[in-house]
Amino acid sequence: MKHRPWIAVGLSLLFAGLGQLYNRSYIKGIILVMLELAFIITFADFIGLGLWGIATLGTIPKLDHSIFLLVYGLLSLIMLAIAGMIYVLNVRDAKKEAEQLASGWERPKLRERMKQAYMTSMPYVLSVPGFILLLFVVVFPLLFAVSLAFTNYDLYHSPPRQLVDWVGFDNFVSLVTVPIWNQSFMKVLSWTLVWTVVSTTLQIGLGLVLAVLVNDKRVRFKRIIRTILILPWAIPNFVTIMIFSALFNDQFGAINRTLRDWFQMAPIPWLTDPLFTKLALIGIQVWLGFPFLFALFTGVLQSISHDAYEAADVDGGTRWQKFRYITLPHVLFATGPLLIIQYTANFNNFNIIYLFNGGGPAVRGQTAGGTDILISWVYQLTFTTNNYNMAAAISLIIGVIVIAFAFFQFRRTKSFKEERDH
Amino acid sequence: MKSRLEVTGIYLIIGLMTVVICYPLAWAVGLSFNAGTSLYSSSMIPKEPTLEHYRWLFTSPESNYLTWYRNTLYVSTVSSVLSILFTSMTAYALSRFQFVGRKSGMYAFLLLQMFPVMMAMVAIYIFLNLIGLLNTLIGLIMIYVGGQIPFNAWLVKGYLDTISRELDDAAKIDGAGPIRLFIRILLPLITPILAIVALTNFMLPIFDFILPSIILHDKSKYTLAVGLYHFVTEKYSSNFTVFTAGAILIAVPIAGIYLFLQKYFISGLAAGGTKG
Repeated sequence: MKHRPWIAVGLSLLFAGLGQLYNRSYIKGIILVMLELAFIITFADFIGLGLWGIATLGTIPKLDHSIFLLVYGLLSLIMLAIAGMIYVLNVRDAKKEAEQLASGWERPKLRERMKQAYMTSMPYVLSVPGFILLLFVVVFPLLFAVSLAFTNYDLYHSPPRQLVDWVGFDNFVSLVTVPIWNQSFMKVLSWTLVWTVVSTTLQIGLGLVLAVLVNDKRVRFKRIIRTILILPWAIPNFVTIMIFSALFNDQFGAINRTLRDWFQMAPIPWLTDPLFTKLALIGIQVWLGFPFLFALFTGVLQSISHDAYEAADVDGGTRWQKFRYITLPHVLFATGPLLIIQYTANFNNFNIIYLFNGGGPAVRGQTAGGTDILISWVYQLTFTTNNYNMAAAISLIIGVIVIAFAFFQFRRTKSFKEERDH
Repeated sequence: MKSRLEVTGIYLIIGLMTVVICYPLAWAVGLSFNAGTSLYSSSMIPKEPTLEHYRWLFTSPESNYLTWYRNTLYVSTVSSVLSILFTSMTAYALSRFQFVGRKSGMYAFLLLQMFPVMMAMVAIYIFLNLIGLLNTLIGLIMIYVGGQIPFNAWLVKGYLDTISRELDDAAKIDGAGPIRLFIRILLPLITPILAIVALTNFMLPIFDFILPSIILHDKSKYTLAVGLYHFVTEKYSSNFTVFTAGAILIAVPIAGIYLFLQKYFISGLAAGGTKG
């Protein structure tokens, strides 16, 4: 009887492993059959419950816990996706082997086949542990956050007492139409953008200027100077932010005390007036952020060859021209992706906003504090006022912005390009 | 003459920066030697310097400082070891094997590493609660190790790609299997980038405040960052002088390591940024 690939495909579609059995790969076939049986027996109930749960989010208050049902549902979907992937591999394998058999291919000895199986399974074995961990601590939480953005999960819909429902895009709509939300949202969004652009640009600028100055060949004691300038980078962030928070304290802080004692100035409301808090935050972030860039630029500056500068000297180039046409392009080219990371890092710089003044001072009639950026607002909505749905919707917006940004960055990196060339 | 003026100007700027950098640090150090706990009565140069806060951290039965230090070192060490293990395995698979799902896996990594962990904190909380790892250090380690995979796998994969495949072929001719090839030949060659992965993952738990404050609830489970934060913010123990003493004992060793390793760190990052 002639071996027919389509029979193998049909059989393995019917039940994993049947195609392999038809191909007379008995060991592989039996393993696959057992895998599918085990999957069905172990997970059928769970997946059934999960799929029902994610579709309805429960029907009886106090008995059905909507959030757990949502979690079960997402886990079921993930498991189904993995099973689906394995199934596709199984069908492909059956098809390939059947085609080879049909074209009169001689099956190698068992030993040889084992060795082959070992080699093909190697990359999977290597990446499966990381993949599984990633699935549960990164992918699943992200899916969950995305789902929450389309529900009404808040203080008034908190299981098990009440049910949570799917509400479609309502949260996004209220974010831009309901006054209490859209005022806060516009304010927070615009401050987030100002904060990101101003603080990051300043820290990059300061780092570059200092790197160029210290790199000047007339400056001595370079090692000591560099060590001092890198110091803020070497100290744990949360420590310095909290020290600054005490330094800027309105009543007892050293800064206001100094201003009073030396200049007889009235205390500046660093922590109670949003404008001053913002100024302080930007100043502190520059203090924290410039040393890393200084060190980075210093490294790059040392790698620029002297030839270019000598050629410029011969042509009578001014110092500004040398900086503008040799140093700057070189430095920016070499550090471009890292600079973009700096912007995204500040965009989501939760630590400084939260630790310095908790996003405060509080603003009357608003759900966000005076210096809250998007990410710290999300934290507040989640853990203080339990507006999980709105927090998730805002998270999703953050996600979209960050992806747009980062896509731009990674389109240019080398290993990404290599991937496309292959 | 013009040159002298310029150099003086440069030194002036550097001097100014030095003051700006050192002032808050010196102030914190001074504060930690002040008697009492209040911010108001304290000064940069203490009138009666005392070591009482340092002594309190180590000897007071109310102080959990040593426990926090131990917790932090435990989380740091374990998550940095596990990170190397998971990351290098994944990167090896991505760099040296052709397999189904490789390309989509890489795109997925690229996408995933852009999301801040913060975005998913509610889900992480619920998930750890579900599997009984909330309020445990293991749970925290799991999140750290899993969260770093996408970014670091790219970093290490980029580095592995730069190592010539002729080496692989030579080893294969000598009869080395894929695992031996990796452990004996490739691993030693990628130590620089693995050192960076190890260091960043060692430092993260020491620096990170937000994740442990969501996951850990018992005082005896805190890491240093969370514990010290509570020194300052808990209403009845607004204890800034003790905080500075505790903070200095973390900052000094870390600053030491950083200053010692900065050169490697920077060159590795620069390489990862342009090559990666």
